[in-house]
Amino acid sequence: MSYESPTRINSPVRIRLRAFFIAPGAAVMGLFFFVPLLIVFAYSMLTRGPYGGVMPPWTAESYSRIFDSLYGEILWRSVWIASVSTAICLLLGFPLALYIARSGRHKFLLLNLVMLPFWTSFLIRTYAWMFLLRDTGLINSALEAVHLVRQPLPLLFNSGAVILGLVYGYLPFMVLPLYASLEKLDPALLDAAEDLGASPWVALHRVVLPLSKAGIVAGCLLVFIPCLGAYLTPDLMGGGKTVMVGNLVQNQFTTARDWPFGAAAALLLMALVVLVLWALGRRGEDLV
Amino acid sequence: MKRFLAVYASAAYLFLYLPLAVLGVFSFNDSKLAIWRGFTFNRYTRVFHDSALLEAATNSLIIAVAATVISTVIGTLAGYALWKKRLPLLTNSLYLSLLTPEIVTGISLLAFFEWIFRYLRVQLGMHTVILAHISFSLAYVVIVILARLRTFDPALEEAGLDLGATEWQVFRRITIPLLLPGILAAALLCFTVSFDDYVITSLVAGVNSETLPMVIYAMARRGVSPEVNALSVMITGVLGVFILLAGRLEQSSSRPRRHT
Repeated sequence: MSYESPTRINSPVRIRLRAFFIAPGAAVMGLFFFVPLLIVFAYSMLTRGPYGGVMPPWTAESYSRIFDSLYGEILWRSVWIASVSTAICLLLGFPLALYIARSGRHKFLLLNLVMLPFWTSFLIRTYAWMFLLRDTGLINSALEAVHLVRQPLPLLFNSGAVILGLVYGYLPFMVLPLYASLEKLDPALLDAAEDLGASPWVALHRVVLPLSKAGIVAGCLLVFIPCLGAYLTPDLMGGGKTVMVGNLVQNQFTTARDWPFGAAAALLLMALVVLVLWALGRRGEDLV
Repeated sequence: MKRFLAVYASAAYLFLYLPLAVLGVFSFNDSKLAIWRGFTFNRYTRVFHDSALLEAATNSLIIAVAATVISTVIGTLAGYALWKKRLPLLTNSLYLSLLTPEIVTGISLLAFFEWIFRYLRVQLGMHTVILAHISFSLAYVVIVILARLRTFDPALEEAGLDLGATEWQVFRRITIPLLLPGILAAALLCFTVSFDDYVITSLVAGVNSETLPMVIYAMARRGVSPEVNALSVMITGVLGVFILLAGRLEQSSSRPRRHT
């Protein structure tokens, strides 16, 4: 929620209770976050059992299989869809964040209006688009009612629909950090640019963009990472035709019951997330 | 430029809200199709007579309340301790858990439960869903609590100690009351993310623990269903109010308190 990293005040109150306070949280994270990941790692190095599950011998075969052409294509498609969605979010989100940052005393209201749909059910927001885009959905029904089309347009169940769903779902994540950096921007700088003869577009390009770089990087990360690991959007709006890594993982753990392979794909996804975070030289802490 | 931005922003808000608004309008539609036939409340009354939906709603409610209570308590304690002294390992793993794709969290918890239950002879069910929800909502609580503590004046605790209170008394009588809006905001947020979750829940849920998002998912896959529209409106409405309330409480915490 808050995007500034909290400043910790070094209180002279040194609680002896501290260990007792931290233990439950650390236990939850250890037991339900790190241990499960370790188990997934162990599974990824094992062999698929005859009825699902895992068994010895230990092997790295699952990892080499991911890079087979079929799965390589899924991996590539995930990166591509996440990149396109992130780019669209940036293009759509930047002017919106700029507007909010410049709208005086209404800015909190306007910002909350962007965040509000984000906190209400992701599933329902995806369903809302399905209601619009389906063959029997509102748009196609309306077009058919006025005889503009005879066959329903194929609006759903393709990569375009998946990208639309991701952009709709994660746009708030782009706007929030952009707003945070644009809000800090001194309006006097824009006045100065104008006085010196810069057109609004030149001022945007030469003043605003460079100064909001941190927000742009943070926003792109916050959108790219969940898009890369998306499962629900490609599942519902791609209709099983636009398969991303998340769907591959889910499928291996449920229908295909090839746990070692699913585990390897999940860890690869996790590695990509960490890699993206690391490559941009920031820790999650600075972003959220 | 200014006018362009204003027009653009209106279009952006339309983009964000129109799909939900349309869903809302058509929840009153007297037809199974996406063509307006007339106004009716039938969808809403039917939701309340659908026993499967009601059972799923009860499950969701039990899970969300249990996860919220436990997560808020654990998260508040951890947030407070982290404010006292940094513990980068814990903080970073909380943020990492927030950025981990849901599907990865889901399958790793599934693998964990299946592995551990082979020895314990227990099965997947409500309890596993609750445990999963606690683990993924903890980060939200800690973040909200840390944000609230940023505006907390440590002198108040010092005063309490100077006046002879024990550390526990100071925590109980001074810190907790002043933190309360933040704690409530964290709890509301926690409830929302728990009540909404589909991906992780569907993986770790057992036979008798179907939640509302799982039912909505199944219906959404089957096709346009006016009952889902009505259900969605109700859920969005209630959770929306929760989020607004949480925002209110949080904003009250971002204003520095001055005690003079």
